Amino acid sequence: MSKATIIPFGPQHPVLPEPLHLDLVVEDETVVEAIPQIGFVHRGLEKLVETRDYNQFIYVAERICGICAFGHSLGYAETVEALMGVEVPKRAEYLRVIWHEISRIHSHLLWLGLAADAFGFESLFMHCWRLRERVLDIFEKTTGGRVILSVVSVGGVNRDIDSTQMDEILHILDGIEDDYRQIMQVMLTDASVKNRTVGVGHISYEDAVSLCMVGPFARASNVAYDVRMFGHGGYGELSDFRPLCATEGDCYARVKVRCEEVLQSIAIVKEMAAKIPAGDIAVPVKGSPAAGAESANILEQPRGECYYYARGNGTKYLDRMRMRTPTSQNLAGMVSVLEGCDLADVNMIILTIDPCISCTER
Amino acid sequence: MSEFGLGRMTFGSIFKKPETVLYPFEKKPAPAGLKGHIVIDVNQCILCGICQRTCPCDAITVDKPNRSWEINRFQCVQCGSCIRACPKKCLSMDPAYTSPAPHMHTDSFSVPDPKKEA
Ligand code: SF4
Ligand code: SF4
Repeated sequence: MSKATIIPFGPQHPVLPEPLHLDLVVEDETVVEAIPQIGFVHRGLEKLVETRDYNQFIYVAERICGICAFGHSLGYAETVEALMGVEVPKRAEYLRVIWHEISRIHSHLLWLGLAADAFGFESLFMHCWRLRERVLDIFEKTTGGRVILSVVSVGGVNRDIDSTQMDEILHILDGIEDDYRQIMQVMLTDASVKNRTVGVGHISYEDAVSLCMVGPFARASNVAYDVRMFGHGGYGELSDFRPLCATEGDCYARVKVRCEEVLQSIAIVKEMAAKIPAGDIAVPVKGSPAAGAESANILEQPRGECYYYARGNGTKYLDRMRMRTPTSQNLAGMVSVLEGCDLADVNMIILTIDPCISCTER
Repeated sequence: MSEFGLGRMTFGSIFKKPETVLYPFEKKPAPAGLKGHIVIDVNQCILCGICQRTCPCDAITVDKPNRSWEINRFQCVQCGSCIRACPKKCLSMDPAYTSPAPHMHTDSFSVPDPKKEA
């Protein structure tokens, strides 16, 4: 009987872009238990809703996370719009979908780069981030910001994309797609990538469902759940949307699902750009949410389903704003995957779950 | 085969222009609407204080008695709310970033009084 040892992992660790601490209880080279600890980047952003009015809070919401910044501002705006019964113009809904899908491409490319870096494939990492840079250039041209976009407002969006800019976006995306297909080919067929991912960190469909996992982590275990399929907002205008799933449930499947989602997002942007109607991009919003009014909303962030809840109190300030982020849903799954894995695979497993700690702690 | 795929791309980049620029000697052109810094046209401002109330970061201070309009650029997050809220449309976003500063300071502008000038 070997002796159990505790190895601390994080909060500072080369594979972790954000602070997450794990106590790994290991016997020989096998992890028998993983005890997660979070709370290193808690900023109390939900509390700020009491001192910033509902329009100002958008800029706080988008600072929850630097990767899904647009998604959080969108999710928050939709929640407040539901609270106040605001009807958003069609063009604004299309623009929101376009920006949200471009953020998903940016998030997945960032993640693919980090994954390549984690298994030591430096040139793949460079190529992924090179493409991501072009995505950030799209943001810079269309919104004026690269990470924090500040384009969503309650009632619509505050910047339009004109047809020349739209053509430019499509042109850039075409360029990205060509290069990206080569990268994807390497990610999915290269022997050195497969050695690190195939069969590692397996989680079954039943476990994925019972642990309430969301996002690509769940879809890699064949859980066909993606909030976009419900057709909220502009997503209702898509001709066809199917969640992309894989059946293997291992690290390789998670890489595959995210790889394919980039192409899916490019296709969505192209479809939306072709169909976008003319018209207003925002409606004026007057008044305040009624006292006791409640609303809830879900949105598919790059990492999975994010749930928003808001309650009004009759003033410009909300009574309560609550978010449940995809990573907090996935932590239970992560701990269960880590049990029984090899110590050397821990970083690969954590990375393929793509934890976003800033979102989780707010 | 797949190794060859990335090899082709990597090999190809030897002959391509670099993706990066030699900052600070070479700078990327700023696209229109880039969030650089807020500028004010003091001749239009009526010191109504709407921008101050809209700002989520309390970066703007409007002092009506002393006819001054102040912005703390270290606090401003370039959200653009003040630009959209201003009734006289006298605020705008300049695409140039502010240069680094050794000390915290506020930029103060005095607003001319149209009555006195008349
Ligand atoms: S809102 Fe416009 S007019 Fe009013 S104080 Fe601010 S800058 Fe001046
Ligand atoms: S851009 Fe936003 S943060 Fe900056 S001064 Fe205007 S309202 Fe305040």
